[in-house]
Amino acid sequence: MIREFGLIDVMYLIAAARWTLALTATAFVGASLIGIVIAIARILPFAPLRWLAAAYIHIVQGTPLLVWLFVIFFGLPLAGISVNPWIAAATAFSVYGSAFLGEIWRGALVSIAKTQWEAGASLGLSLGEQLRYVIVPQSIRVAIPPTVGFLVQLIKNTSLAAVIGFVELTREGQLTAAGTYKPFAVYITVAAIYFAMCFPLSQWSRSIERKLDVAR
Amino acid sequence: MSLVEIHGINKSYGSVQVLKDVSLDIAKGEVVAVIGRSGSGKSTMLRCINGLEPVQAGVIRVDGTQVNDPATNLRKLRQEVGIVFQSFNLFPHLSVCDNITLAPRVVKKQAPQAAREVAREVLARVGLEDKLDAYPSQLSGGQQQRVAIARSLAMRPKLMLFDEVTSALDPELTGEVLKVLESVAKEGMTMILVTHEMGFARRFGSRVVFMHEGRIHEQGPAAAVLAEPKTPELQTFLSAVLH
Ligand SMILES: Nc1ncnc2c1ncn2[C@@H]1O[C@H](COP(=O)(O)OP(=O)(O)OP(=O)(O)O)[C@@H](O)[C@H]1O
Ligand SMILES: [Mg+2]
Repeated sequence: MIREFGLIDVMYLIAAARWTLALTATAFVGASLIGIVIAIARILPFAPLRWLAAAYIHIVQGTPLLVWLFVIFFGLPLAGISVNPWIAAATAFSVYGSAFLGEIWRGALVSIAKTQWEAGASLGLSLGEQLRYVIVPQSIRVAIPPTVGFLVQLIKNTSLAAVIGFVELTREGQLTAAGTYKPFAVYITVAAIYFAMCFPLSQWSRSIERKLDVAR
Repeated sequence: MSLVEIHGINKSYGSVQVLKDVSLDIAKGEVVAVIGRSGSGKSTMLRCINGLEPVQAGVIRVDGTQVNDPATNLRKLRQEVGIVFQSFNLFPHLSVCDNITLAPRVVKKQAPQAAREVAREVLARVGLEDKLDAYPSQLSGGQQQRVAIARSLAMRPKLMLFDEVTSALDPELTGEVLKVLESVAKEGMTMILVTHEMGFARRFGSRVVFMHEGRIHEQGPAAAVLAEPKTPELQTFLSAVLH
């Protein structure tokens, strides 16, 4: 039976958007944890660490996210490890995000002049202390705009998780469109909800940038 | 015993040898002015003394501790050896107070309140006690350089290295920094200064070291060396800088 596309469907879509946000948040935390390690490994003066981190980034960025979703969701069960769509999506997006955040943050760290490291070292700060008190605080300013930019990409890219049956905003949209035969109205609504999530983030990033500039 | 002993150091970047068999002994309380043409290795020698650059041969000792020994704790050495750079290198994200107290708090584990008191004291010595809570970007170049000197002083070093600390400054601002250097020298600090300020070298340098193509080409008591250079290279250099 075909039903109308009404307010109740919009409510369902908004409810499904919570899962988009939940997946984004989880993936962002996971990606940050791995990403910071990767970024720091890439700038420390220990060649083997640098190579490992670089290899990780090349592998992740050189392969489609969709394939990793399939590998984890369809492949792991064959190896006897059962995964639900939520775990599979969270893992795949964390790994995917970590390579990007690792690169963004490495860029931010190396943008700080070498003389700042030297000034810290000359005062007796260890490598870790130079990072913690001198380099990282300065690179945050540089890192915020691209990091938020990435977060916006991440929100939109979580729609890929629909293909393994994870019901987030896009998947809910597909289901609603199939039930109502109103794909245009449904997907416009879906787009509007994505926009409502992404736009404030970009604005927020801009306001933080301004605040950091004032604090300088 | 010498505070700084440098014996036969060689330093290369790739195939380019920058320091060639450099030896230098500096006693406690000496103020040594290092002069020489651009590229003669002055900065490199300074950076080797606090272990910022490794050397390929020779020995460097500061207060008996061998700098170029892998077993040496550079962290400890650098608490005793302050260095001030041409480009100030203050931490732009930290207030003047935090710039000065960071290392005392983190490296020497001073209590924040005690560190702040030290900051006040060293700022007074460079004539900037009212700038405790300013940020580097709010200061003139001369003031920034004085903060950098204060930051170094706060570690209570035994030796201070200055690498062309007035070269990035306008002439009016140079004077205020030189005055600070002068008072630090008068307090008995052992100092090695790379400088183009011949007047300062003459008045406060106990010794002048002239570097040429990676070697110490001529050295001696400041007044004598500057008044009567023996080697043609130093004569040429001096007539060039004194226009
Ligand atoms: N990191 C580096 N890599 C390669 N070469 C270097 C490096 N640092 C310095 N050099 C070279 O070493 C030589 C000596 O440099 P140094 O900075 O010690 O000279 P300087 O006497 O301080 O000159 P200036 O008066 O211009 O500061 C120069 O030829 C320079 O090009
Ligand atoms: Mg130099």
